[in-house]
Amino acid sequence: MSEKVLMKGNEAIGEAAIRSGCRHFFGYPITPQTELSAYMAKKMPKIGGVFLQAESEVAAINMVYGAASAGVRAMTSSSSPGISLKSEGLSYIAAADLPCVVVNMVRGGPGLGGIQPAQSDYFQATRGGGHGDYHLIVLAPNSVQELAYLTAEAFNLSEEYRIPAMILGDGTIGQMMEPVDFDLIPEPVYAQKPWATNGTEGKREKNVTETLFLEPSELEERVFEREKKYDVVRENLQRYKSHDTDDADIIIVSYGLTSRVVETAVKILRSEGIKAGAIRPITLWPFPEKVFKEVHPKAFLSVEMSMGQMVEDVKLACDCSVPVHFFGRTGGVIPTPDEVVNKVKEILKEVE
Amino acid sequence: MSKTIYEKPHSLTETNFHYCPGCSHGIVHKLVCEVIDELEIEGKTIAVEPVGCAVTAHNYFNFDVVQAAHGRAPAVATGLKRALPDRVVFTYQGDGDLASIGTAETVHSATRGENITVIFINNTIYGMTGGQMAPTSLPGQVTQTSPYGRDTHTQGYPVRICEMLATLDGPSYIARVSTDSVPHIKEAKKAIKKAFENQVNGKGFSIVEILSTCPTNWGMSPVEAMERLRKEMIPYYPLGVFKDVEEVNE
Ligand SMILES: Cc1ncc(C[n+]2csc(CCOP(=O)(O)OP(=O)(O)O)c2C)c(N)n1
Ligand code: SF4
Ligand SMILES: [Mg+2]
Repeated sequence: MSEKVLMKGNEAIGEAAIRSGCRHFFGYPITPQTELSAYMAKKMPKIGGVFLQAESEVAAINMVYGAASAGVRAMTSSSSPGISLKSEGLSYIAAADLPCVVVNMVRGGPGLGGIQPAQSDYFQATRGGGHGDYHLIVLAPNSVQELAYLTAEAFNLSEEYRIPAMILGDGTIGQMMEPVDFDLIPEPVYAQKPWATNGTEGKREKNVTETLFLEPSELEERVFEREKKYDVVRENLQRYKSHDTDDADIIIVSYGLTSRVVETAVKILRSEGIKAGAIRPITLWPFPEKVFKEVHPKAFLSVEMSMGQMVEDVKLACDCSVPVHFFGRTGGVIPTPDEVVNKVKEILKEVE
Repeated sequence: MSKTIYEKPHSLTETNFHYCPGCSHGIVHKLVCEVIDELEIEGKTIAVEPVGCAVTAHNYFNFDVVQAAHGRAPAVATGLKRALPDRVVFTYQGDGDLASIGTAETVHSATRGENITVIFINNTIYGMTGGQMAPTSLPGQVTQTSPYGRDTHTQGYPVRICEMLATLDGPSYIARVSTDSVPHIKEAKKAIKKAFENQVNGKGFSIVEILSTCPTNWGMSPVEAMERLRKEMIPYYPLGVFKDVEEVNE
C-alpha cells in the first residue's frame, strides 16, 4: 500500500532523484535550495552514491558533465546566481547531447537579488541561458508531490532525448512541507548509452565527447540534427493543466507557485459570476502552445513573479489573436489572489 | 632478420600531429601513450582534453576522450572518476587552461586529493589563440598582449603551480620536468609513469608539469626554442619532485 510522508520540497527532489537511480550529486551551497544538498549529503554515502560539494557552481556543473559523459545519472542544484555560473556548463552539456538534471530554486534578481521566491529566471531557463542554439527541457512543478514526480520524469526524459532537463521551482516550492507519495512517481527507464566515454575495454572503437567543430558546415549539420530532436520534443512533450476554460471570458496563465494563487483567484471570480479560467504550463520548454489554439477567451492574463517573461510565450502561442495582459510582482513578492481578481476585473471592464 | 627498435605506442593513432614543428605537445602525447601502453591501461583510460592547442588531442589517442570547457578539465575529470572509480582518468592541459581560467578547478581537485592524473603543458604562452601573455609568461617576456615585455608592476609575476600545490596536503605526487633534452625527456617519462601508477594504486592526485616549447608564438626556430627553455625557463621553474607521498590516500 502506498504511503504519504510529509516532506520539504527540496528534500522530496532528493528522494525522488535517488529513487530514479541518481547516485551522483554535485552541489554548491546557496539559499533557497540548501535542503536538497543537505539531503544528498546525508543519504548518498549510505547507498554507495557520491555527494560532492564543489568549489563553485562552475565546477559542479562540469563535474555533472564528466559524470554524465561516463553514462551515469548525474544532478546538480542551485538558485539563480548559481545558475548563471552553470550556464557555461549547460551549453557544453547540451552541445554534447548529454543527459542530466539541474534544479533551479529561483530567487529574486538581478544580481545577488534576494532569497525570496521569484520567477524571473524564465527567460534564462527557456531560452538557454548559455551561448548557442540549444534548449533545456524545463519542468515547473507547483506542489511537493509534483516536484517528486517531475524529478523522476526529468531523469527519464533527459535520457530518452539526450537533452539536459531543468526543474524550475522557487524558494517557496522548495521549502514548503506537503505530503508526498513516492509510489506515484514514474519508475526509472534507462536508455542504452553506447556513446558513453567509460573506457573502451578494447572491445569497441573509442568514444569522444566533444563540442568543437571548426568546419562551419559540420557544426551547422549538428545543430540541424539537434533541432530535429527539439522538434520531436516540441510535438510530444507539451504538458499543462487547465480548469474552467470552456466558457471563459478570460484565461489566466501561470506556472509553479503562482498557479496556486491563480487557482484561488479563479474560485473567487467564479463565485462572483465572472467567467475566468486558468492554464498552467507544466513544461515551460517546450511551451504548451497547442492548448492556446483550443480555447477562445476574450483575453489572456499572464501572472508571474517577474516583470513579464512567460507573457511573451503566451502572445506567441495565441498569435496575439486576443489581447494578452500581464500582472506580476517581483523581487520575492508573491502576488495575492485579490490583486489577481482586481486585475481581471480591470481587464474585463476594458473588453466590455 | 629484422628487429623492431622503435614502435609507435598502440594507444597513439596513426594520425599526423597538427602541432607546429618543434612543439612539445607531440613529444608529450607520445610519452603519455607509451606509459599507457606499458601499464596496459588503454582500455580503461579516459582522457580529458583542454581548450588550447591540444583541444583535438582525441585525434591522436586510441582511447575515450572528453573535451572540457576552457579550464574545467579537473572538474570534468572529477565527475568521470567519481562515476568510474576503476577507470584511469587524466587531464591534459595548457598553462592558460590550468593556471589561469582553471586555477580554482586545479587547486580544488588537488586539495581534495582527487584520484586523477594531471599532465600540465607549461609553454609560458597562450598557444592556440596566437601568443598572448599567460599567467606563466616570464618577466619581460614579449607576447601579443605584453608587447613591451611582461611588466611585473602592472602584469604581475609568473605562477609556479608545482610550488603552490605542494603547500597542500591533498596531492600525492607533484613534479616538474622538461622536454629540452633526451635525458630530460627520459626523466619526464618516468614522472608521467609514476603519476599514472599512483592513480592505478589509488594514491590520489598527481600532477606533472612539463616545461614545453611554442616556437611559433615565441617567434623562434625549434632549436632556438629549446635553447630558451633551457636558459630562461628552467632557472625560473626549477625541475624536480615537489611532493611524493607514498601512503595510500583513503
Ligand atoms: C571561456 C573561454 N575563454 C577563452 C577562450 C579562448 N581560448 C582558446 S585556447 C586559449 C588559451 C590556450 O592557452 P594554453 O592553455 O596555454 O594552451 P596552449 O595552446 O598554449 O597549449 C584561450 C584563451 C575559450 N575557448 N573559452
Ligand atoms: S602554436 Fe605553439 S603550442 Fe600550439 S602547436 Fe604551435 S608550437 Fe605548439
Ligand atoms: Mg600554453
